[in-house]
Amino acid sequence: MIHVENLSKYYGDFCAVDQISFDIEKGEIVGLLGPNGAGKTTTLRMLTGYFKPTSGLIHIKDYSIEDSALQIKRLIGYLPESAPLYHNMLVYDYLQFIADIRGLDKEKSRGRIMELVDLCSLNQIMHRSIGELSKGLNQRVGLAHAMMDDPEILVLDEPTSGLDPNQIVEIRDIIKEIGKEKTVILSTHILSEAEATCDRLVIINKGKIVADDTTRALKQRANEEYTLHVSFKGAPLTEVEDALSQVNGIKRIKQAETDEKQMLHLKLTCFSDHDIRGEVYSTIRKTEWELMEFYRETESLENIFRELTTEV
Amino acid sequence: MIQIVTIARKELKDYFISPIAYIVIAIFLLLVGWFFFATFFLVGQTNMRNFFSLLPAIFSFVIPAVTMRLFSEELNIGSYEILLTLPVTFNDIIIGKFLAGFLFIGAVLLSTLSYPLIIAGLGDLAWGPVIGGYLGAMLLGGAFTAVGIFASSLTRNQIIAFIVGTMICFGLTLLNNMLFLFPGVLLKTVAYFGATTHFENIAKGIIDSRDILYFVSIMVVGLFGANLAMQEKN
Repeated sequence: MIHVENLSKYYGDFCAVDQISFDIEKGEIVGLLGPNGAGKTTTLRMLTGYFKPTSGLIHIKDYSIEDSALQIKRLIGYLPESAPLYHNMLVYDYLQFIADIRGLDKEKSRGRIMELVDLCSLNQIMHRSIGELSKGLNQRVGLAHAMMDDPEILVLDEPTSGLDPNQIVEIRDIIKEIGKEKTVILSTHILSEAEATCDRLVIINKGKIVADDTTRALKQRANEEYTLHVSFKGAPLTEVEDALSQVNGIKRIKQAETDEKQMLHLKLTCFSDHDIRGEVYSTIRKTEWELMEFYRETESLENIFRELTTEV
Repeated sequence: MIQIVTIARKELKDYFISPIAYIVIAIFLLLVGWFFFATFFLVGQTNMRNFFSLLPAIFSFVIPAVTMRLFSEELNIGSYEILLTLPVTFNDIIIGKFLAGFLFIGAVLLSTLSYPLIIAGLGDLAWGPVIGGYLGAMLLGGAFTAVGIFASSLTRNQIIAFIVGTMICFGLTLLNNMLFLFPGVLLKTVAYFGATTHFENIAKGIIDSRDILYFVSIMVVGLFGANLAMQEKN
């Protein structure tokens, strides 16, 4: 669906995006990840036809950005970073303007606007001026704007930046909902967000792609080892350590802090090539200790992200 | 085409939902009304020649004030990015914005139509020069609007856009009075670039294709300049 080949962008001598190539299939939710200034926004701006690439190819469906920028712009709904909408317009007027400029006819546009109002829950603010809206509401209007023409591709630049946790969850749900049918490309520097929403991650650093894989594969790659958390009551540390050292596959045992008195919280670092949960449990069952908690920590992408985007 | 109309309609609406339009119209009417009617009864002639001769100078700073926001504001708040990623071409945007500015100047001029009606009540008014005058004023307004849009496309700062626009418009207006500064060889060429003589010709009621061509060329050059400025930005 989207084919990018050796794409570069220079600002004067500064190279913002350096020879990147990737392909995106229909229906994927792709996260573009990287530290600040890595070239995420520049890449998206080239994809949406706002910036001209210095060199390289962008093909979307059968169109190339050089020859048919207009057709490509029709296929794409784009929400720029921090949604710089016309702040002197009313929300309704703004959406109507976008519908008109995208060539929706009168009747269709009314229906479509109502759909989007429901989807992004804008009912209450239709007659408020965009400049008065809070950041989160503004972002939602921006999402409605991007989806106006029911575009096949949705490009979102940091869709959740500056939002509170509730709003982040709301926007994430909306994106997932859309992602069922559409191709979505979103950029972010928040790892947990990328993890939660994207099927596939492209990590860029200093204008180069340093990793491009499914979220699951990247996670696994990140975790050669994993952590088991166990909490006990009425168990002395040394005894527990002794008992657990019998179990094969534990690399390290560390005591973690806990708020509750008389609680012993241990972090067991394990090699990921074998699952020792069963063995640990049967070891514990033989004793008198009260088992309070027992869980495997969800793997995070932080390790691999740091590894790939920091200088050694 | 629909994109041009949509953009023009939006920009025009923006003028009238904010106080800008009313402030500009009020200032314009105040200035023109004062300068024109202060001498009108002393001169004691029922024509509008003095009114039209004021227009180039007053338009030189009223029109850049109207057009300064058209691009600079978008560049400043970042909505320029949204506009450019909608399915529109550079020319759709430029022509849409130009039309909005042009129609707005038309609305400003419309508010002065009471003058000829009042004057016609006072005595015999020759309508030919009046009609020519308004035609010339629209052409002049269009040319200055294009210049103002060009100035606005250069910068995200509206004040700079205003000053640059005013300087170019005022330069074109004053050029005919400053011919003595130029060497004789260049006189004819330089004189052609001045806006005032071309405007006065039409305002006298003489519709000459050369004068019309002059204003149309200024429009084309100004809008083309804006197009180049837009291309330079990406």
